[in-house]
Amino acid sequence: MREAIRQRMWFALFASCTAVVAAPVVVIAGLLLWRGLPALDWAFLSTPPAPGMREGGILPAIVGTLWLAAGTTAVALAFGLPAGIYLSEYAPRGALTRAVRLAIVNLAGVPSIVYGLFGLAVFVLLLKRVTGGMSIISGSLTLGFLILPVVITATEEALLAVPQTLRQASVALGATRWQTTVRVVLPNAAPGILTGFIIGLARAAGETAPIMFTAAYFYLRHLPTSLQDGVMALPYHLYVVATQIPNYPAAKAWGTALVLVALVFAMNLGAVLTRARLRRRRRW
Amino acid sequence: MALKLRVEDLNLHYHSFQALHHVSVDIEGQRITALIGPSGCGKSSFLRCLNRMNDLVEGARVEGRVLLDGQDIYQGNTDVVTLRKRVGMVFQTPNPFPVSVYDNVAYGPRLHGTRDRARLDEIVERSLRSAALWEEVRGKLRQSALDLSGGQQQRLCIARVLAVEPEVLLMDEPCSALDPTATFRIEELMLELMEHYTIVLVTHNMYQASRVSQTTGFFLLGELIEYGPTEQIFENPRDQRTDDYVRGRFG
Repeated sequence: MREAIRQRMWFALFASCTAVVAAPVVVIAGLLLWRGLPALDWAFLSTPPAPGMREGGILPAIVGTLWLAAGTTAVALAFGLPAGIYLSEYAPRGALTRAVRLAIVNLAGVPSIVYGLFGLAVFVLLLKRVTGGMSIISGSLTLGFLILPVVITATEEALLAVPQTLRQASVALGATRWQTTVRVVLPNAAPGILTGFIIGLARAAGETAPIMFTAAYFYLRHLPTSLQDGVMALPYHLYVVATQIPNYPAAKAWGTALVLVALVFAMNLGAVLTRARLRRRRRW
Repeated sequence: MALKLRVEDLNLHYHSFQALHHVSVDIEGQRITALIGPSGCGKSSFLRCLNRMNDLVEGARVEGRVLLDGQDIYQGNTDVVTLRKRVGMVFQTPNPFPVSVYDNVAYGPRLHGTRDRARLDEIVERSLRSAALWEEVRGKLRQSALDLSGGQQQRLCIARVLAVEPEVLLMDEPCSALDPTATFRIEELMLELMEHYTIVLVTHNMYQASRVSQTTGFFLLGELIEYGPTEQIFENPRDQRTDDYVRGRFG
């Protein structure tokens, strides 16, 4: 009897902790909708800000963020996926591999402003000829490197979760390790890889520090015409209007935040749906 | 009876642990050779030496010779892919790929370059028939292999191996995860396949060995203690340890 009471007490405590954790999510979402929704109309989404920023919309920032997201995807896919596959499927199990893995995991703990400065030094200044200085390329590379640890770790874990027996079956049928990886392991790991990938991307889309020196401009009247162009971006724009522009209409700031959160949410939703579709047929 | 596999003085090490000690044995074609022994005796490790699956194990080292039709499969110039086509393997737990029944069987042929649809259809049907599964799955070739029962899955795995037209079938306790009915079907199947293949069966189940095999080897602590006609091993073993084991005194 006493144990039953004790149990109820502990679980009640844990439940209230869960509620405390869940509450901010609800509050943020509610606040954003309540304050931001009135600012949203077609003009806000489809026009650039007028000079002085207080008038006009946020189109260049939306477009810029989408460009950066696409570029980040390309970078993370091009480097993270192969690295994750190599580490999980092929790398010799030794001290060197362990050290590399540890280094990658630790990269996840590097503050994003440090990535921003790294991007400034390497992509914007050193490689200016290739990247065009502050540009979509520089921003995408910086954000891509920022989420590489997440992507690599997620890829490795997703590959590791594919049962060893499937690899053995494939190899025993005369497949090379490469054929086994491509035909058996990757298709079965795809949902997990995708999940990690989108989580990383959603984080990148919301980052401000890494892009403020590498890609994002305070104000640009034109949309980018090449990858070497700089862009406006939603998180940086939000930072700007919230701190640098006196008397900026609050509703517009809320609206900007709402659009950013909606974009990130849409990415996550897309990931969840794709994963569910991929998973339907792949069980073991 | 043709000699198919000859193993000469085989030693297998995993790092510093020696899993097999000086195993020498002749395995004949068109019959079932059973390998029995308690858990950890090295019988599965031995089986994995015959198609070089131990290559995948970190720290595994093989000494000695394994001759397949007189050719040493551990010689430097051996093509492991060709070897594994010739020496197929069925595992302890059914391990179909999480794709359709058809794609499971077609996996091997596709791997080795067969693209032609009609040809694949033919291979899939022939393999499933040989594995005594065709009648049960002919209507659901497009369904996930994971919807089949455990016994059906194991026969599917056998069909998948047969599709690459091996000469030798290594079976590593193929019935250990199956119920008695499914076990019976697999045993029947092995007896049918015996006419065309060389079958090496590792089994935990002594009754299974005595039911299906013509030759039996008894492993203990990494050594092949006794090897001979199944009847003799079970009725009249020469070694006291074999006698103890087949009478159920240990293991």
